[in-house]
Amino acid sequence: MFTPLTIAVALAALALAAWCGYAAVKDEPTKDWHFGGMAVVTVLALAQVVVGLVRLGGGEDPDEGTAVFVAYLLAAGFAVPAVGVLSLSERSRWGSATVAVGGFVLAVLQVRLYDIWVGTGG
Amino acid sequence: MAERQPAAGEPRTRLSGGPGRLILTLYGVFAVGATSRAVYQLSTQFDEAPLAYLLSALAAVVYVFITVALARGGETARRLALVCITAELVGVLAIGTWTEVQPSEFPDQTVWSDYGRGYLFLPVILPVIGLWWLRRRPAERDSAEPSPE
Repeated sequence: MFTPLTIAVALAALALAAWCGYAAVKDEPTKDWHFGGMAVVTVLALAQVVVGLVRLGGGEDPDEGTAVFVAYLLAAGFAVPAVGVLSLSERSRWGSATVAVGGFVLAVLQVRLYDIWVGTGG
Repeated sequence: MAERQPAAGEPRTRLSGGPGRLILTLYGVFAVGATSRAVYQLSTQFDEAPLAYLLSALAAVVYVFITVALARGGETARRLALVCITAELVGVLAIGTWTEVQPSEFPDQTVWSDYGRGYLFLPVILPVIGLWWLRRRPAERDSAEPSPE
């Protein structure tokens, strides 16, 4: 994996989570700017999907197995778009909270992706 | 979504609005996570820890049922979700205790090991929130705002 990209996705996802969490605390729904933020995070996550698949295609082998790695990679790609759709039809603070959860989940997935690629060493 | 034929003036019970949207999302995450994990473990390494993996699969089924019920809504789904969430709570408490008392039975982790410590204790917190949500009155749920008991 390309570690700087993994870190970038994780940090962007956490920033999105904090931003939307703040909106939820202020009792606000997700707005256009939030969806812009989700788009940025999604582009980063999709770039990672491409990088991951290319490196797999180049014959590299994730420590914990290809199937697990691909499953996590795809989940990371879908996480933020999925919560974005959920928040579109829930125009309240709870829609914002949902996106915050999605961002947090994506950050956790990045940590797991890194572990799966290099191995946890026991 | 269009309202179905209201039976005796009762609106269709909506379970995924307001806080329900957040609860649905969390259950969705657990449903996807537990299902893929169970499929992988049962298909590739079943012999290593059969008990743990079968329990993981059971947990996955429960999470999927709850997620679908919450998303669909309606009184039947609400009852089904109540049953499943109660089973989830019993399961996480029982398996949590079991893994504390007899760790040797579990060479590998389940979602519910140690009361879900590996998952921020969400497996034990989530059913409590879920039960609270499903037991509120329909009017409270629809207004989607916390109201005094």
